[in-house]
Amino acid sequence: MTEWFEQPAIDQSRADQNFPNEITEKSWGETLRSCIQCGNCTGTCPLSDIMDYGPRRIIAMIRAGFRDEVLKSNTPWICASCYECTVECPKEIKITDVMYALKQRALEAGTVPAGNYNPVLAKEFFNLVMKRGRNNEVFLMMFTVLKTNWFKGLDLAPVGIKLLAQGRMPIFEAGIQMGTGKKGDLKKILDACEVCEN
Amino acid sequence: MEGTDMKYIYYPGCSASGTGRGYEESTLPVFEELGIEMVTLEDWNCCGATAYMSVDEAKAFALSARNLALAEDQFPDMDEVHIVAPCAACYLGLLKAKKYIDTDPKIGGTIRKALQSAELDYTGRAKVRHPLDVLVNDYGLDKLKEKVKRPLTGLKVAAYYGCQIVRPYSDFDEGHDPQTMDQVLEVLGVEAIEWPHKTRCCGGAQTWSSDPFLELVWIILKDAIGSGGDAVATACPMCQFNLECFQNKIRAKFDYQKKIPVVYFTQLMGLALGIDANKLGMNRLFERLELPASV
Repeated sequence: MTEWFEQPAIDQSRADQNFPNEITEKSWGETLRSCIQCGNCTGTCPLSDIMDYGPRRIIAMIRAGFRDEVLKSNTPWICASCYECTVECPKEIKITDVMYALKQRALEAGTVPAGNYNPVLAKEFFNLVMKRGRNNEVFLMMFTVLKTNWFKGLDLAPVGIKLLAQGRMPIFEAGIQMGTGKKGDLKKILDACEVCEN
Repeated sequence: MEGTDMKYIYYPGCSASGTGRGYEESTLPVFEELGIEMVTLEDWNCCGATAYMSVDEAKAFALSARNLALAEDQFPDMDEVHIVAPCAACYLGLLKAKKYIDTDPKIGGTIRKALQSAELDYTGRAKVRHPLDVLVNDYGLDKLKEKVKRPLTGLKVAAYYGCQIVRPYSDFDEGHDPQTMDQVLEVLGVEAIEWPHKTRCCGGAQTWSSDPFLELVWIILKDAIGSGGDAVATACPMCQFNLECFQNKIRAKFDYQKKIPVVYFTQLMGLALGIDANKLGMNRLFERLELPASV
């Protein structure tokens, strides 16, 4: 048995020294360096028990440069954006926004955890809004289920049928015109974002 | 008071025509009954909610910013354009974008440039408001009390705020123990019960996906029932959907027998203002609300 004071050997060569900078370069990011590892975030998080690593550990791992472990973890995808941790953090770290930054990076790098619906849902939501300017709950759920697990569709069918009967399924909701080229064109704005970012 | 003469811009959000129809169907008649003028924002787009933000931050802010800029553009004569977003995710999305654009020069610069490419501009005149904020801080509870025609005496309701209207950017209520919905309900004659989970997370957009998320909903429902609630009142389409639509699954999974109706606080307002339940979208509820005999 290892004694409590014996630290496990950390392979420094695996650490990516640049990784913490990618997160701290955000406008709010510098606060990440001031984390005191108090654990308020993990303690208040209603979902930390099903995360691979709680928010406190994720912050420690970001600072230590564990890029792969962080970006492959389910942690940011379990986060439901309730902002409890952000409000409770004594160092005012925007932890929910840290999770968003990790989600964006994991999607970019293609390292999302298998079997989690949330990355697929996010991508489908994004695609729908890019095409129609608005989300459509029916299409969003249909596409997500079709791209992940068809059986989930059967599981959800009773709720879906009831919603349909109550007129709560927006099948004919068309969204707004994209790419009109006129004043206020959403497509123009989103395209311009892309240019500004790069 | 400035509030009552003020014109508000209504931002429906995507769920107002879908799962959250009852919210819109009750908010609009209630505001009309109170004499609060509300005009729908034309050509509005998605607020960039949680899911979109997970993919691209700048575009998510740009989506919300377009709505703010459209409101400023459509109402050029108003010093301040107050956008009312009933959906909690829309409220947070618009407010968050506004805060970032206003305070972060880098994000603000990117977004303004993007808007300008479509001849739009955001100057900061657009303000983001929640109906609870408007009702309590602009309209006033005293005036609301005068309008109550049918007090909902004897009805016990658990006011459930959820997360995003009280955290972290909103400033109209307190993040740990918010009061505005309780105050509105009390004015309607409802007894707003004391209970512990006013702002606990409902699992958001993932509740459908797996059991640990259902457990979050179960914790909320069983404590609302256990604290003596006849119904839960919500201020968010996502909360309402999660709390209402998975009750069958929860009863099976956690061997729990009880049911509780989950309504929008605006539906209760409508009832107290004398509007027919079916005109408030209450015919679309999974679990109908039975009013006590004392009403």
